[in-house]
Amino acid sequence: MISSRFSKVISWAYLIALYGFIFLPVIVLVLFSFQDGRLPVPPFNGATLKWYGEVFADNRLMAALGNSLMVAIGSSLVACVLGFCAAYGLARFVLPASRLQRGILIAPMTVSYLIIALGLLSTFNWIGISLSLWTVGIGHVVINLPLCFAIIYASMGDHQKNIERAARDLGAKEWQVMTQVTAPMLMPSILAAFFLSVTFSWDEFIIAFLLSRFDVTLPVEIWSLLRSGLNPKTNAIGSVVFLFSIALLLVLELLVFRRTAKK
Amino acid sequence: MAAASLEDQENRKAWGFVTPALLWTICFFVIPFIVMTAISLATRTGREIVMVWNFDNYITFFEKAHLLKGLFVSLEITFTVTIISILLAYPLAWIIAERVPQKWQRMALILAVLPFWTSYVVRSYSWLLVLAKNGVINNTLIWIGVIAEPLEMASTRSATIIGFVHFFVMLLTLTIYANLVQMPPNYRRAAADLGANGFQVFWHIVLPLTLPGIMVGAFLTFVLCIGDYITPQILGGNNELALPQIIMLQLGRRADFPMAATLSIVLMGAVTLAYIACARWLKMERT
Repeated sequence: MISSRFSKVISWAYLIALYGFIFLPVIVLVLFSFQDGRLPVPPFNGATLKWYGEVFADNRLMAALGNSLMVAIGSSLVACVLGFCAAYGLARFVLPASRLQRGILIAPMTVSYLIIALGLLSTFNWIGISLSLWTVGIGHVVINLPLCFAIIYASMGDHQKNIERAARDLGAKEWQVMTQVTAPMLMPSILAAFFLSVTFSWDEFIIAFLLSRFDVTLPVEIWSLLRSGLNPKTNAIGSVVFLFSIALLLVLELLVFRRTAKK
Repeated sequence: MAAASLEDQENRKAWGFVTPALLWTICFFVIPFIVMTAISLATRTGREIVMVWNFDNYITFFEKAHLLKGLFVSLEITFTVTIISILLAYPLAWIIAERVPQKWQRMALILAVLPFWTSYVVRSYSWLLVLAKNGVINNTLIWIGVIAEPLEMASTRSATIIGFVHFFVMLLTLTIYANLVQMPPNYRRAAADLGANGFQVFWHIVLPLTLPGIMVGAFLTFVLCIGDYITPQILGGNNELALPQIIMLQLGRRADFPMAATLSIVLMGAVTLAYIACARWLKMERT
């Protein structure tokens, strides 16, 4: 009895300690984004929204934020469409070397982003394509396509096949089956793939860093902010990004998982 | 005849669906990889890359101590991080699965991975806030009076490891938890009925059954950790460079593309070896 109570105490202490470890940097980040002073470290001098004001007045940061959103949404749309079509083709038809095809589509998942970025950089340099947000977007599709394909492919079950066959028997053309029957049935996993891609692209640094030149995405702009050392403004933009990701997560939870859970 | 042409038609349609994605991956992943491999066999003269098709860069890598050391630094950091993260995450996942009431478990998990959603660059910066010379820990300790002089915690290997562990504890808690709850409770009940005590149940039943899941998480940790540039650059400083930092240095200051490509291939070699080791081990486990 005593030992069970003892282990209970240990468990809760461990739980609290690890949650403390996990949350420490986030709490420090958010708390000192309100710091009334030049350094985001203790002692806490009092709350101000000054740094948030500076963030939203910073044209470069705001431009980078816009770029990030554009690249994230654009590249995720492309990755989702390509991934969905490929999943449809491979799950619904018998194709030669389908294992090899799946292997090729999944392959980028197993390679470090740094290596993907370097490969693309070498190739763009070689062909003479100049770097821009477009090249960043291409890179982000490369890393998100395997993810979209895998998620959507995994959710294509046999029971949907019968419904598709019924639609075909009733005279639907292939693209009608795909867009009006298959896509709506798989919407939860398509949305999950899309939102995951958006968060990955939104947060990605090394590809965006190596493949962009004048217009940059938010993580790259934050990176250049870091050169000024500890600065409450960096805390503020970091907190904004965190809030944005959490909001996205909430949308995903409410829109997608809630609905699947009901089913 | 009619059947065959119908099949042809079906096949053509199927290719139409798969080809765009395949083309994208081949154009922007497979070909770039081949180009990079080719460039690793080239040499740099001035700003020009000259194809010489030899392995000089690879020989240089093994001869130059500071380059080779980068690989070892990366490997040491990665192994340390993987082991510490598993040791910290396993009990956490266990407690969430066993001790936390059922209806709170989902909430507990979401909380445990919440900081996952801070930006990657910002997360390392946050640890800098905590560990810096005038950071949270030092200032607090000085304020309480435990230490008089600030401790040197940032710009060390420990700082890099702490930053990494923070990230991977969250990741591994998720994967290990998923494994723990998948396990049928009957197994443990049966073992307990046969007289095993708590520790024996864990050691002989639970751990072996969750090991494959741990290995998958460990492999993921390995791949993400060894290829990361941000965390060692922000937290580790320039005292001791990890391989990705050296790669970026070749690109930036030295503009030595062939060497950067060579080092990347070496990095990939390390990941491939880890993959083979994991796959073999998992296969052995299954038979």
